[in-house]
Amino acid sequence: MAANPSKTMIIKNGYLFDPLNAIDGEVLDIFIRGGRVVPSLSGSEAREATVIDARGRTVMPGGVDAHSHVAGTKVNAGRLMRPEDHYKSVLKRTKITHSGSGYTVPSVYKQGYDYAAMGYTTVFEAAMPPLEARHTHEEMRATPILDMGAYMVFGNNWFIMRYLKEGDIERAAAYVAWMMRTHKAYGIKCVNPAGVENWGWAKNVKGLDEPNIHFEVTSREIIRGLAEVNELLGLPMSLHLHANNLGHPGNWEIARDSLMITSSLEPDSKMELEWAETKESARRRQTIYLAHAQFNSYGGSSWRDFCSGAPDLAKYINQTENVVIDSGSIPFGPATTMTGDGPAQHDLYMLTGQKWSNCDVEMECGSGILSLVYLKGSAVHATMWAIGLEVLLLIDDPWKTIMTTDHPNGGMFSQYPQLIAWLMSRKARDDTAKECHKWAYERSSLGGVDREMSLYDIAILTRANSARTIGMAHRKGHLGVGADGDVTVYDIDPKDLNVNDPSYIISRFSRPDLTIKDGQIVARKGEIVYVPEGRRYYCQPYMDEEVEKEMMRDVRDWFKYYTVGFANYPVPDKYLKNPVPIPVNVPMEAVAKEVGRWQR
Amino acid sequence: MAEIKLVPRGRIGITVEAEVIRPDLLAGKTEDEIGRLIVWQGPRELPLSQFFEVELQGPAREETRIIIEGDVSRVKRIGQGMKSGVIEIRGAAGMYTGAEMAGGKILVQGDAGSWSGMEMRGGLLQIAGNAADHVGSAYRGNWRGMTGGQIIIQGDARSQLGGGLAGGSITVEGNVENFCAIRQAGGLLIIKGNAVRGLGAEMSGGTVVILGEVKNFSPGFVHQGIEINPKIGEIELEGRFARFMGDYAAGKNPKGMLYSRMAQEVGE
Repeated sequence: MAANPSKTMIIKNGYLFDPLNAIDGEVLDIFIRGGRVVPSLSGSEAREATVIDARGRTVMPGGVDAHSHVAGTKVNAGRLMRPEDHYKSVLKRTKITHSGSGYTVPSVYKQGYDYAAMGYTTVFEAAMPPLEARHTHEEMRATPILDMGAYMVFGNNWFIMRYLKEGDIERAAAYVAWMMRTHKAYGIKCVNPAGVENWGWAKNVKGLDEPNIHFEVTSREIIRGLAEVNELLGLPMSLHLHANNLGHPGNWEIARDSLMITSSLEPDSKMELEWAETKESARRRQTIYLAHAQFNSYGGSSWRDFCSGAPDLAKYINQTENVVIDSGSIPFGPATTMTGDGPAQHDLYMLTGQKWSNCDVEMECGSGILSLVYLKGSAVHATMWAIGLEVLLLIDDPWKTIMTTDHPNGGMFSQYPQLIAWLMSRKARDDTAKECHKWAYERSSLGGVDREMSLYDIAILTRANSARTIGMAHRKGHLGVGADGDVTVYDIDPKDLNVNDPSYIISRFSRPDLTIKDGQIVARKGEIVYVPEGRRYYCQPYMDEEVEKEMMRDVRDWFKYYTVGFANYPVPDKYLKNPVPIPVNVPMEAVAKEVGRWQR
Repeated sequence: MAEIKLVPRGRIGITVEAEVIRPDLLAGKTEDEIGRLIVWQGPRELPLSQFFEVELQGPAREETRIIIEGDVSRVKRIGQGMKSGVIEIRGAAGMYTGAEMAGGKILVQGDAGSWSGMEMRGGLLQIAGNAADHVGSAYRGNWRGMTGGQIIIQGDARSQLGGGLAGGSITVEGNVENFCAIRQAGGLLIIKGNAVRGLGAEMSGGTVVILGEVKNFSPGFVHQGIEINPKIGEIELEGRFARFMGDYAAGKNPKGMLYSRMAQEVGE
């Protein structure tokens, strides 16, 4: 039972960091009514409101994770594959929370509680294969507290490859629109384009212009095509790219060349909804959003001359306005790698000999999983640690970066506070580098980087920019009027903050004083006190009805190759709790059909 | 420090999980405080005193000594994670006895259950009777098992003894069954009796010594020659041994050593 059913709240006297409203640590009061930020409360409302005195504390919008692996078959396979990951990390049930377990891949309940306890209220699943959409939604449905959505994997989809080979962008867009509505997906994810399809024949692609087997389409054509589809439909988020050649020495060049592909496109979101007020533009600037840049910023030509390629990649990104990256940083310790990039996972197995699994998802994509421990004493891991921080520190404009661990690939989301400590303090980095293999500073430029991020920068990297990049800044990532009343209060006095004390930073960011969602306190000092159900966001884009009809004929024709029947393919509405469809590019006839279904 | 005597009150139905029974945790506590410690029985949390009578007795000692007077084969996790002190079990012990222990001694006068000494890091676990499966092994899914300490089994052990063994030593006076020393990467396993099959499967390092017969010898081991009274670290074995290297079925350059006294004819 909520302590505050009217969702009305005043958060007083805190130092507010709200970058989308250009508020940098000013002492300001926040008013929330009915779960949303309002300019003020009436006298009677104020008397009934929950009042929080945040004097001497840091107040930020609720955290937004733009890229995390938290729901779906591969996440669950990661749990099944690793009983040893669970038996020592057991969460006891309370009167209001479920029991749970899992260290690098927690159970769905534990994931929800752990994110909320850390001040995050919104998390997006980074890779949902269409055939596994039901499973993904089932897990999201069971995840408490968090607002969620999932990006759908399209980069090796048979229909997409066929249409792009034929140069038929319109039909490709119609297919994407239908698939997103059918499977309740939020954005377009593209994983090792053209390469995962080749993996079905134990091959990969080496360069952007290598036609793949049978479809004879190149990575460049797929990236360009999906980005065009994305802007033609006007999706909230840009194309989200897991680039080719991931995890291999010397791959920074293909990452840069991939980012160049969309440089001539204009970002164009055609979402039909109300935007909360912000001082800065809340609309995305990018036409491509590179996933886990750390894994694609490698220099050298082999593991012997392996080094950082981050300075080179950052140099390009500093010159362009159409790119955002998330970092996929390495905080050291156990991890479970899981991606839609089957061949990359197999290469990692050949390198480490660790247990692994691989899966082919029929006509759509693939995936792989491997268990791993990142060690400070390992030359390669120490260099990866440095690269994961370089990609955030060498890109000058924080609005081009998002802080992640690509959970649970580089590390766990619960290690974000450790990343914050390194980003805020050069001394913290130097201290860690001393414990690492010497390659950490010898094979990267990190040792020469003096930049120390401010709390304002951290707020950009952990909520404002993640929300804006994925098109959720119409209600998330800031506290302008109309925004969701998601607020995190950290026990940090910015006037008296010693950034050179990493254990202080880590403890304060790990266990905020309060996590507030929709105007209700959900966690207090790490303890879950209220468990609301989160919302599930997805897009409902539309294309020309005639083109959709033609496209559907192709789908029905090729559906004979699937192992599922057509009627069982879509995700029924009942799989979603609190669904929030986002209408995009809606024609009048579709409006008439769907009227009444759109509720916030 | 005193001697703590725990006397089982009677037969236990659903097994009890009692990782609180460890000397370094009970040290300095009164009888009442010990009795109030919480153990799990299925989904219920109950006080230790429901299952044991607690008596503080005996002369002051340097190390805390827990004496369990009777059969605790239905009590799991005794001594789990302990770092010091002694536990003497005057009867059979349940599953996970001494799992993850890092120091001190556990002496079991009867048999010990499966997973005893699991992922042990240090100390001594001595089992006078027989041991069940997975003793001194890695937890399910884990690739690193015991890393230090010593397990002595005076009776037989069953299957998967010393799975993932990476350090320390295990000695079995009697026989073992299947897949002992599977994925061994270090440490020493001495089997004085016979084994059935899969001995040293996927081994990459460390040493296995078997004095008895292996019914089905693992095929990925390569014979390297005969050694008389071979020395393994500080231990000198007596007799003629055939030395094998493996397991080539699982790796290109394995360093696992297998000494067999009965297989010496193979090499001649």
